[in-house]
Order: sequence, then C-alpha cells, then structure tokens
Amino acid sequence: MKTLHKTLAAALVSASLAGTPVLAEDTHPVTGEQLADEQVFTYRALDESSSLDPQVVEDVDGSYIVRDLFEGLLNSDPEGNIVPGVAERWETDDNQTWTFYLRDDAKWSDGEPVTANDFVYAWRRAVDPELASPYAWYMSLMALENVDAVLEGEMEGSELGVEALDDHTLRVNLTRPMPYFDQMVTHATTFPSPQWVIEEHGDDWTKPGNLVGNGAFVLTEHVINERLVRERNELYWDNDSNLMDKVVTLVINDENQALNRYDAGELDKTDIPAGQYPAQEAERPDEAHVFPRLCNYYYSFNNEVAPFDDARVRKALAYAIDRNVVVDNVLQGGQFPAYTFTPALTAGFTTPDVAWGQWTQAERDERARELLAEAGYGPDNPLRTSLLYNTDEAHRKVAIAVSAMWKQKLGVEATLENQEWTTFLTTRSEGDYEIARGAWCGDYNEASTFLDLMQSGSGYNDANYDSEEYDRLAAEAQTMSDPSANYTKMEELAAEDMPNAPVYHYTGIIMVKPDLKGWPYEDVQQNIYSRNLYKVAQ
Amino acid sequence: MLTHKKTNVEKLAENLGNEPIAGRSLWRDAMHRFSRNKAAMAGLVVLGLIVLFAAIGPFVAAWHYSDIDWSLMGNAASAGQPSIANGHYFGIDDLGRDLFARTVQGSQISLLVGTIGALIAVVIGTLYGATAGYFGGRVDSIMMRTVDILMSIPYMFFLILLLVMFGRSILLIFIGIGAISWLEMARIVRGQTLSIKNKEYIEAAIASGVRPFKIVLRHVVPNLLGVVIVYATLLVPQMILTESFISFLGLGVQEPQTSWGALINDGAGTMRYGTLWQLMFPLGFFIATLLSFFFVGDGLRDALDPKDR
Amino acid sequence: MFNFVLRRIAVAIPTLLILVSVSFFLMFSAPGGPFTSERPIPAAVMENINAKYNLDKPVYQQLSIYIWNIVTEFDFGPSFRYQDRDVLDLIQSGFPVTLTYGFWAFVFAVGIGVSLGVIAALKHNTAADYTAVSVAIVGQVLPNFVMAPILVLIFVLWLGWLPGGGWQGGQIEYIILPAIALGTSFLASIARITRSSMLEVLNSNYIRTARAKGLPFRYIIWRHALKPAMLPVVSYLGPAFVGMITGSVIIDSYFTTGGIGVHFINGALNRDYAVIMGVTILLGTLTITFNMLVDIIYAWIDPKIRY
Repeated sequence: MKTLHKTLAAALVSASLAGTPVLAEDTHPVTGEQLADEQVFTYRALDESSSLDPQVVEDVDGSYIVRDLFEGLLNSDPEGNIVPGVAERWETDDNQTWTFYLRDDAKWSDGEPVTANDFVYAWRRAVDPELASPYAWYMSLMALENVDAVLEGEMEGSELGVEALDDHTLRVNLTRPMPYFDQMVTHATTFPSPQWVIEEHGDDWTKPGNLVGNGAFVLTEHVINERLVRERNELYWDNDSNLMDKVVTLVINDENQALNRYDAGELDKTDIPAGQYPAQEAERPDEAHVFPRLCNYYYSFNNEVAPFDDARVRKALAYAIDRNVVVDNVLQGGQFPAYTFTPALTAGFTTPDVAWGQWTQAERDERARELLAEAGYGPDNPLRTSLLYNTDEAHRKVAIAVSAMWKQKLGVEATLENQEWTTFLTTRSEGDYEIARGAWCGDYNEASTFLDLMQSGSGYNDANYDSEEYDRLAAEAQTMSDPSANYTKMEELAAEDMPNAPVYHYTGIIMVKPDLKGWPYEDVQQNIYSRNLYKVAQ
Repeated sequence: MLTHKKTNVEKLAENLGNEPIAGRSLWRDAMHRFSRNKAAMAGLVVLGLIVLFAAIGPFVAAWHYSDIDWSLMGNAASAGQPSIANGHYFGIDDLGRDLFARTVQGSQISLLVGTIGALIAVVIGTLYGATAGYFGGRVDSIMMRTVDILMSIPYMFFLILLLVMFGRSILLIFIGIGAISWLEMARIVRGQTLSIKNKEYIEAAIASGVRPFKIVLRHVVPNLLGVVIVYATLLVPQMILTESFISFLGLGVQEPQTSWGALINDGAGTMRYGTLWQLMFPLGFFIATLLSFFFVGDGLRDALDPKDR
Repeated sequence: MFNFVLRRIAVAIPTLLILVSVSFFLMFSAPGGPFTSERPIPAAVMENINAKYNLDKPVYQQLSIYIWNIVTEFDFGPSFRYQDRDVLDLIQSGFPVTLTYGFWAFVFAVGIGVSLGVIAALKHNTAADYTAVSVAIVGQVLPNFVMAPILVLIFVLWLGWLPGGGWQGGQIEYIILPAIALGTSFLASIARITRSSMLEVLNSNYIRTARAKGLPFRYIIWRHALKPAMLPVVSYLGPAFVGMITGSVIIDSYFTTGGIGVHFINGALNRDYAVIMGVTILLGTLTITFNMLVDIIYAWIDPKIRY
C-alpha cells in the first residue's frame, strides 16, 4: 500500500514539474515589483560539497543546498530572526524541555506527510555510530539528554532525549537549560530525513531521482565538481510564496574566473576576490555588496611552547598588528578590526571596552616594544618565529602584511609557512607550530559559540590556552540566565592573557546581479533560503 | 606538457652512437657549428643576460623583495605602475612590494630550481644508465625493468604527494622531482653505453685490469657527455615549468620568497584588474628563458649531430 | 611475435601491482586523513568511521582487501568524501569529459603543430623557421594557467562568443576553450618533432631522386615527404596522451568541466584515498598499455629490435 502511494505521488510530482512551472503572478505579492519571466538563480560555489545528507553535511555551501531540499523545525528570516518551519509553534518553560508542534500540511516530495517521527529518526541517525557522521558533535553541542553516551555506543539511540508524543508533537529534553536552543534547530543537522528512502537506497539516497526532501526544492541534477540543479517542489507546504523556479550551483574553484563568468552573465551571484571590492564598488555600486558576518579571524599563539608561553610576547605581537591597514589596505572589504574574540554583532553580546582596543596604534606599537624588551628580546636578540597559514590568497596577503609589520616595528623575524588544508589542520591540531592562522564562524548566534573555543578542554583550543579562571567563568555562564557579565569577564581575561591575537571580524563580500532580490544581507549567519529570492523584470 | 623531446633525443642518441668517437676535434667541430647557429647563439646571449639580471639585480633594486611600500599598499591598480621616480621599475605587486626586486628574486629561485632539479636527474640518470648498459645481462634487465615500472607511475601523483610531504622546503621538492625525472635519462644513456662498451679503448681498459666502476666513470661517462648536455638543456626548462605548476597549486616556494611561477600565477589572477605589469614582467623573463633554453638545446643537438645539418 | 606480446602482458600485471602498492603506502604516509576536519571528531565517532572504511586495519591489510575487491568484484570502493558516489561513478562521469576535450585538444595540436613544423622545415634556418618554432614554443611554455584566463578574457569577456566554463553534457561551445588551452601545450612538441623528421626526410635519397626527376616540389611534399615524416609524430601521441590527462588537472579546475583531473587533485588534497587509488590505477593502466602498444608496434615494424 505504501509503495503504491509513493509511486503515485512520485508520478504526480514529476507531472507537476514537467507542467507549467511559472507562477501566474507577474508582481511580487508584498513589494509589488514587476517579476522577471524566468526565475532561475545561478551562483558560484567554491568547492563541491561533501554530502547532501542533512545529518552528514559539513560545509556552508552544502548546508545552503540542504536548506533548499529539506526544512527543519524552525527557519530564520532574511533578518536572521527565528520563524516557524515545519513546527508551527514551540514552547518551553525552563529552556530545558522544549515542545514543538508540527504543522499538518508539511509533506515530503513523494507525498508522505512530515511527522515528528521523521525528526526523531533523523536525530537518532545523526548520533548513530553506524552512520559515523562527521557532524555528530553538533548534536552533543545541543546538549540532548544522553547524547554523549549514544555517541560512544554505550546507550541505544532510543535513549536520546527526543521523542514523538504524537505525529505532530516533538518533545526534546536537554541536560541543561539552553536559552538559544530554538536557534540551534535551524541547522541542517537537525533536519528530518525520510527513513523509507534511506532504507531503500542506502548511501545512494542523496542522488537525483532517489532523494526525497521536504524543502521548497527537489534535486534534479548533480554532476560532482561541475553543477547541481534543484527545481521547485510543488508539494512544499508554502510553495505559493516561493517565487523561484530553479536554482543552479556551479562549482568554480578560482575566484577570479568566477568573477569573469559573472561578468559574462553566467552567474547571478559570486564572491569578490580579496582586495577587489573598492574597484568593483566604484564600477558597479548596485552590484557589489558588503555585509557583516558572524565570523572572526585570528592568529593563535602556541601557548605551551617558548617564547609564546610568555604573555608579554603574545601581547607584543598582538599589539603590533595594525588592524586598520589589514582591513583597509589588504582586504579592503569593510571588515571590522578586532580587539575581542567575539564579533560585536553577536546577539546579546556587548563588546567590552578592552583597554588595548581604545589606544591608538602608535600607543600599541610603543607598548609592544616595551613588552618585548621586558621579555628579553631586542635588536641584539631578535625574536625568531614562524607563522603558519593554509593555502589561500587572502590568508597569504594578511600573513605577509602582518609579518612585515612585526619585522618593521619589533624586529621580529617571522618565517611564513603555507600548507595545504589537510596538512595545515594536522600540524595545527598536533600543536606543531608557533603562530597559526585561525578563524571561526558561529554555529549559532550567541557568544558562547566563540568563547567556548578558549576553554582548556575544548577540542578547538588550538592555542592550548589553559586558564582556570576562564574555564570557571565559562562553566558558570552555561547555567546563568543572563551570562553576558561572564562573557565580558572572559573577553577581558583573554585581552590580559592574549592566547590568540584577534585580527578582524569578517564581512561577506559578494557581487549580486541587480535583478536578483531578497538576498539576506541583514542575516549575519547568512542562512540563505532560495525560496526567499526572486528576480525582478528589468 | 612534460613529455616532449623524447624522439629527438633518442634519435640523437642513435646518431651519436653511430659516430666514431673522434676526440677533441669533434668538440671543436661542434663548437664551430654551434657558433654559426644564430638562434642558438642568441639564446645563449639571452640566458647570459638573465643570469646576469638575477645576479646583479639585488644591487640595482631600490627595494628589498620582502619590503612593503606602505604608502602604495592596496593601491596597486591606481598608483603602482612601473616608475623610475619611486624606485619601482617594474611596478608593485598587490601588497605594495617592489616587483623588480621580486622578479630578481624569482629569477634566482627559478634558475636555481631548474638547475638543481636537472642536475640531480642527469647525475642519477647517467650513472644508472651507464651502469646498466655497461654490465648488461641480468643486471641490465633488472635495472631497466625497474625503470619501466617507475615510468608507468603517474608523474603528477608523485608530485602532489611530494608536495604534501615536503611542502615546507622548495629545495627538497626539487631534489624529489629531480630524483623521479632521471628515468628518461637512464634509458638514453643505457642505449648509448651499449654501443660504447664494445669500443677498443674499453676493451683495452678491461685488459689492463681497471675495475669495472672505474671504467664506467672514467671511460664510459665522459663519452656520453654530448647526449647528456643536450638532454640537460631540455630538462632545465622542464623543471622550471614544473615549478610553475606547483606554484599554481599554491604549494611552491614559501613567501616572502618567490619564483617566476608564483609571480606569473599572481599576475594571471589579477590580469583584468588593470595591473597587467604584474603578469608581463615575470612572464617575459619566463618565456625568454625557456625559449632560449630550447634554442640552445636545438643548437647543441644540431651541432653535436653532424648528420643533420 | 606472439610470445613477445604475451611476455609484455605478463610483465604489465606485476608492474601494475607494484604501482598500486607503492601508491598506497605513499598515500598513507601523507599527513592527515580523509576525515581530518577543522572540528575534531569525537573519538568514538572516529573509531566508527575508521571501522566503516577499514582504516583501523594495518595498511598492508587494507591494501590486500582493496586489491581483492577489485580483482573479484571490480569494486573500487566508495569515495571517502562524496558519500553517495563510488569511485567508478566518478571515473565514469569524469573520464569521458577529459577524453572528449582531450581528443579535440589533439586535433587542434596536431593540425596547427604539423603545419608549423612543415613550414619550419621547408624554410629551414630562415626567419619563417624561427618564427614558426618560436610561436610553437611560446604556446608550449605559456603555462596553462596563463593561457586559460587569456582565452577567457578574449572569447568570453571581450567577444562574448563562448561560455567561460562548465560542461553541460559536452555541448560544442563548452569544449572549445578547454581544448585550445590544453592543446597549446602539445602543439610545440608536435611542431618540433615534425620539423626535425621532415628535415630528415627532405634530405633523404628518395626525395632527392624525386626532385631530380623534376616532380613538382608541392607534389613531392604531399605525396612522398609528409607520410614518412609523420611516423615519429604518431609515436609521440602515446606518451602525449598520458601527459594530456595530467595536464587536465589545471584545465578541469579552471573551467570546472567535472573531468578526471579535478577528481585527482581534489582526491589528493582531501585525502580521498579511494579516489586517489582509482585514478592512479586508471592512469597507470593507460600508461602501461600505451607503452606496451608502442613497444609492440615497434617490434612489429622493426624485427631487429629484441627485448
């Protein structure tokens, strides 16, 4: 019975896809803009995504595709606010037990209804040792009950803190209160997955033709390292408000070549190469866009090895970086000079006025020279070190500029070492470096996603920073209803110990064709949903 | 792009093998023929000039290759053109560094890398090939089977693995590349040796009790010199090309040092942003060098191969 | 003759085995692995991943499992990175792409290269000779990664005639630029080989005889000289074919055609062991086969050659 149902539904889908895809409307329902006849969005992706499986996907580009093909409990709107997704409403009394009420018109692209069980299945799947998802750690970040024990294989998946009270009610139990839990379920790892499809096709279930999703688009074509095409899903519950018919991802590794192809009219959106924003902005002000991102860029000092076990040396090098030059002359994309680890735009976070951030650069340089001299380095005994970064044009430029600043101001000889990504990660995580580039994009919009990195026990603490006080503040913050006071203290402590030198906070720098509207420039997390995009007639 | 010239060199090898070894007069003849070849002579002159440029460039440059001109940084397209006034004879790169000084530095690295890589390949290839050819029999067949097997390993694969493992040292990379580029050389030299080893002077050496390895070094290798020189002039540009490929992958020489390949790759990327000089200067040196090497190589072959005049 | 072919094949198989083993060990000696990620994976999960892909076993054991699966089931395993793809899927989708534009690159290179070579030989040691040789060599030494953006600048941005990349199932306008960019690097070799073999043929006795008989020069070139002069060019096509596949690394990543070259380089950078091995075996088999064919053809043409 079920198979028959599915086949029929599949036939219906393909029939409706082959039919008249264009909506009858000519104007945008809200803004009244004249819409273009052809609603196709083509954009550049830097790399092929490793997977389209919501529980496995790791990268930003891949998560975007998954957001089009699947829909989670909650979505974020173009400003980054939480809005209903498959869940119509949700409630919690203590931030520890959450209940989501699912809409009853949500359907899979094969016609099956989306139920709470699909979420339970997906969440258990994400932590299933069998699946061995590289993103399973996200589930433990969500602090689901028993998540770590399940991950370790000590408990059955059924013990995970998520259950379906009925087809449309999902109950989640956490190990501790988590005020921003609603944010976390907009992430791809928490999206539902269709058990019957996965059981039928195994690893092949994410291929075009096999893949069944509950998002606004269905996958129609996927050539690895070339292109991926997704088209309107007529069965999506909110299909009526979706104006986009087709979205095409083109993999283009070279950013300059991507800009060429944008200029040739092959792309609607691409990234602007480092340093090219001012020229593009001057030439085409309505196409070049800059907006803040929830990401930081820093240099980690290896706190465990000399000379960086000395806070004075770390501070000296951190002070001597002229962040305005890096931002204005090297990257030239409106980035924000950073004196704190956490970006200022993080929700609920007020940037503390750390002292060194208030000084002029001349004062910082002066102080840097003093500190370095105190630590015993000077013209007779110059500090020699090495700066490790991964192969990339922008990282290379920043590293060159920063090492030149150190050399000029402090007489520090920093050898540059560039390694390709996998080698770089291995070297850095093994602590086989002195100074290394680092960057972090928030997993959710809350300061702990950044500040947790500097805890001594964190797996991402590449600087090997070890401060009891910091760890205490971090642990305390987890249970506070308003942890912002602790976050301020943690940033101040980090300014004092300087385990990492913050350099800048990212911006998104993109070219967008003037006829493409609806890009979420306001959303610092850049959670893009193609169904919010549309093209206006020109 | 890395598999050229096999036929020519092999042909030369055959021809040389057929020629009687005529001692010094052959060399004088060859020199005479070479000096009459205008293209080859021009190539030699250009190479000389480029080596000179690499050698005395640092003393001419107004800037050090790693220094940033902070006043021009980030303004390459509008204020970074080649200019005598501000000392940037070749303009500046995207970060405000002097392109003249960097081109000089790049020339040093590229020439060094080409020479070292080729030298290693030539030394290993010659010794290996001469040994195999001289001893013949089972030794020969085992050694040459090994070469056959190594030749069937995709070259690029090794290159990338080498980069991954030795990524931190350009010199190591080129010792590695040189060490896997000797295969062709070994084959050619072996063929040559086979024809040399029946010559009277070798027999005389054997009769007078000279040890085999000494015969190889003293009597076989010197007589291979012609073919070795020709092949070496072809290997150097190959190495320089290989280096540029590595730079394209972003895995070559470490900043702030540079190479022609790295400079060209940077310049090619920004070609359309109005900083064409960033491509043209290094590319000019690169092409001039490779072109010269090819002409010199051709000239040498023609000169050492009297049949084909 | 038959014995000779048999012997060559008998040598080819262990050669391939050695190639596979050496590559396998080399691959594992590179730092990092397919699941090295910026966010360290919990130990328990890592164990599961390792178990799933046999990475927990000693390397020699993995190697024997790997070879066994290929021999018994022709199974090259799943890609470590693209979880819904097998290595065979990737090769099947990528190899035809590379072959297609590679073929046209060849047509282009042979067409222009032979013409340049013949002109150079006929006008030996004149300005025309040097010009032809220089043009050919510039084409060869201009790195692919310079050639490709120049072509894009001219044909895509200025003239607007062609798309700047992609493949779209191999429509003709998507083939042209990759074919030209790749072809120019072989053009020079072909031109140079043509030139020198043409020179040799022109100096040979039978051509002199033909000229002495007063046959028109043009006729001699077409009827008598060109064919024998092409033989070395034909024998060059074997190694050039393999070189072409490696050259496709740059072409594939610049034009994102989805060809085999980009699978290879991404495989190496991502430590996608199965893909690296798959592509290596493919390239190795092709190289060995072509070398073997060349040897066999030579032995057939020239019975004096003994192996």
